[in-house]
Amino acid sequence: MILEDVVCSFCGCLCDDLVAEVEEGKVKRIKRACRLGSSKMMGHGRIKAPMVRKDGELKEVSYQEAYDRAAEILLCAKKPLLYGWASTVCEAQKKGVLLAEEVAGVIDSTATVCHGPSVIGIEEKGLPGATLGQVKNRADMIVFWGCNPAEAHPRHALRYSSNVPGKFTPEGRAGRKVVVVDVRETRTAKNADKFVLIRPGSDYEVISALRMLVAGKGDFVPDEVGGIPKTVLASLADFLKSAKFGAVFFGLGITHSRGRYKNIDNALSLVAELNAHTKFVVMPMRGHYNVTGIGQVMAWETGFPMSVDFARGAAYFNPGETAACDLLARHDTDAALIIAADAASNFPRPTVEYLARIPVIQIDPYENPTTLLSEVVIPSAISGVEAEGTAYRMDGMALRMRKLVDTTYPSDEEILTNIIESVRRQRGTIGCTEA
Amino acid sequence: MIIKGGIVYDPANGVFGDEMDICVENGRIVEDAKGEEIDARGLLVMPGGVDAHTHIAGKKVNTGRVMRPDDSRLGAEPKTAVCRPSTGYTVPNCYAMGYRYVRMGYTTAFEAATPIIEARHTHEELEEIPILDKGALTLFGNNWEVMECVRDKDLSKLAAYIAWGLRASRGYGVKVVNPGGGEAWGFGANVKGLHDPVPNFDVTPAEIIHGLAEANEMLRLPHSIHLHFNNTGKPGNYTTALETLELLKDIKPSRMRQVIHVAHMQFSAYGGTSWRDFESKAPVIADYFNQHNHATMDLGMLLFGSATTMTADAPLEYGNARLTHNKWSNHDIELEESSGVVPMVYFRKMLVNAVQWAIGLELALLTKDPWKVLMTTDHPNGSPFVNYPEVVSLLMSKPKRDAEMATLHEQLPKRTTLGSIERELDWSEIAVMTRAAPAKILGLGDKGHLGPGADADISVYNLRPEEVDASADHQLVKKALAVAKYTIKSGVLVSRDGEILATPDGRTFWVDASVPQADIDRLMIDLQEKFEKYYSIKLSNYMVQDAYVPNPVVIKAGSQDLRSEGVA
Repeated sequence: MILEDVVCSFCGCLCDDLVAEVEEGKVKRIKRACRLGSSKMMGHGRIKAPMVRKDGELKEVSYQEAYDRAAEILLCAKKPLLYGWASTVCEAQKKGVLLAEEVAGVIDSTATVCHGPSVIGIEEKGLPGATLGQVKNRADMIVFWGCNPAEAHPRHALRYSSNVPGKFTPEGRAGRKVVVVDVRETRTAKNADKFVLIRPGSDYEVISALRMLVAGKGDFVPDEVGGIPKTVLASLADFLKSAKFGAVFFGLGITHSRGRYKNIDNALSLVAELNAHTKFVVMPMRGHYNVTGIGQVMAWETGFPMSVDFARGAAYFNPGETAACDLLARHDTDAALIIAADAASNFPRPTVEYLARIPVIQIDPYENPTTLLSEVVIPSAISGVEAEGTAYRMDGMALRMRKLVDTTYPSDEEILTNIIESVRRQRGTIGCTEA
Repeated sequence: MIIKGGIVYDPANGVFGDEMDICVENGRIVEDAKGEEIDARGLLVMPGGVDAHTHIAGKKVNTGRVMRPDDSRLGAEPKTAVCRPSTGYTVPNCYAMGYRYVRMGYTTAFEAATPIIEARHTHEELEEIPILDKGALTLFGNNWEVMECVRDKDLSKLAAYIAWGLRASRGYGVKVVNPGGGEAWGFGANVKGLHDPVPNFDVTPAEIIHGLAEANEMLRLPHSIHLHFNNTGKPGNYTTALETLELLKDIKPSRMRQVIHVAHMQFSAYGGTSWRDFESKAPVIADYFNQHNHATMDLGMLLFGSATTMTADAPLEYGNARLTHNKWSNHDIELEESSGVVPMVYFRKMLVNAVQWAIGLELALLTKDPWKVLMTTDHPNGSPFVNYPEVVSLLMSKPKRDAEMATLHEQLPKRTTLGSIERELDWSEIAVMTRAAPAKILGLGDKGHLGPGADADISVYNLRPEEVDASADHQLVKKALAVAKYTIKSGVLVSRDGEILATPDGRTFWVDASVPQADIDRLMIDLQEKFEKYYSIKLSNYMVQDAYVPNPVVIKAGSQDLRSEGVA
């Protein structure tokens, strides 16, 4: 069977033009996807059955036993952390928020170690953005700052940005100018009309200089900023202003280098300033396919896009205090549920060491280093392949992920629904031993 | 259920403060019923409130939440046995939206602006809002297909596109925001007036508005076009408002209703040539509404304090951000719209804000027929909806208005006629402006009244209308309206004295309009090309799937079929 217009469940591009060949209940081939997307959609290294650790060993158990043990861990914890959510659908994320409320826990997403600083920047300045189709149809200037879509978002240029023809951009790449700013010459830089190699950690200063040059206050800019001569920056500022429609895409190169959210705050201000001269928009290059979705779901359900603490029954948000790494580093959480993410691979070492000391519940289709330190492991259907639901593209566009094949694995939504049900049933009936 | 002995205001059925019992069965008002009795002796009873213009769901609302953690921190309430946790003031979370409307006795609210392509998001949020019945108006005013149909004078294809767009977005009606301006904003420009051509599309705002209004009537939609004027929010814009209203005078309504509903009239009743000589032109606007019967308005009343401005009028929001140096979000939507969000504080001491405040009141008080005026704040643009009781108490009390004016800028009396207006609205007029008229203007036959067969949405207030002088005791009025004694939604007692008792799911209204297949066929040729070349998603992934509207009420309309049926 051939399925068309399938939505990819790898990165924030959420390409919706994939063709899937399905035979005997298995995905045999994926066409049009990039290598990253195709590898994800084909599946690999699945966890076979639910497991609970007994005498130090993960032992296969029934799903119900795993749900009950997970509920028991969450009920016995004083402040459980519910973390991950970026690679699952919104329907599961909504259940996650409900579960966090039920167990008076903290819910946080992978954004905390990714575009969390971008979110804080947006809290400071707002986000002058657009849908990707607007960029495709209008942008004659594309800026990639601290991101490398050629390797991380392989179809971005061809579907949405530098190389795609659109209504007012019929020539595609030939009619556009592409600027790349980075600390090394990436593959993306090879596609650039202007590549600006800046000194590592100097993004904030370079953006500040550009803001002043764009605003006509270049007299205050020193002769060299971030390793770039002022004359080069001045011509870059003029170049940006010469666009009819400019789009800035930024990545972890500026969210996780020196300055962090201040870099984003500054970049957003630069874009706002450019709008006094021409049209400019800006967008973070979101990684996991539905990391945008967890931010949206949390915002409409809790008022805040990440790092929400329900310990006192009401939503409390204070990044630096309530984010996953902060809690783990302070030993301020005593159990964790990790879903659709791999904290053991991506968190700072001391926080992973602490994670290994507390009970961890993992919900994931795939085995990964987090599995090794988990107390309960619950394998799930792959969202977008074996389960349907909603995902939000990096520009905030909601799409419905399809179910391509049947599976015996329960979906993330079903698993969470069952854990919530078990929490409600067991509340007040179980005896918790002090850790 | 029987609500016993209330003083009932049900103006749609000619009931103006009569003592009567209201009977409820199976979620509807009936002639006679048994069962639970609710004691409402001597208390004010009205149909559940209907908000026909509010921003409660979708991308721009959520953008407001994301960029305003300061706002989300306000109004935090912990979970209860029945309620999810609440946050926010101008941009509450979904749960707080439902609880707070219901606490005030409101049972229906319509989201006023949804782009077709982002309607899935709107419905995700609408579904999370508990208790309320709701709907969403769909944006058409800057849509490429719309502008091309208008340019080609192909009204039947335009009607087919509207029908298709309403179905694709599960939308209720045709919203038009700064027509042409949103497209011009794609390259950072705007249109300056009704006859200023839209760049690259060879049409004018006047042609877009007229075309959409004609197509709306061809389709016999329950609601008229719902228009946010060009030049909204600018000094001197009352001329644009009058010119636009004149433009639509000749259009014949296909139903017993207006042919144009004006959104947040307050923001378009401005005189002066700049903010310096800014003044109210509300008397001129109200006079026009008094002389003509083809238009209705909602107030978009502005109150002092915190607000979050959010609109598909993106150039307006850019202007707000430049003016206030506040944070600015913008969101352009491919082939369809643009939009923006800017936090705002309206100051008592600022003359411009004081004049804006006065204009909203003048419009409501100078327009003679309350059926033409809806009480709104364009939540959260003028003020959050929780402040509706403040607006009502101002409209009912000249002493309250005078006391307020005495605290405002000394120049204010020279810029508005408010001080000279003696009129104080009575409960019948308030019931019209907050219940009966919004239901009628939207075309919701089972809402806004308490006749047999109507939805059993009822509010009972802890106020004795026969004893309370609303003019002198305006504080009592405000207090009583802020927290309904009882709110009943679809026959279920959902709140008592502000405590939420139950959170049944609300329903979502959308309009399914039929059009000739030949027009659809012609339309699809255009759309296939647009999806092939210009949209960034596929046609097959575009339409809102049924999964996003789990409790639909489908209203049938169309050029062929006029049967109306509810699918619960």
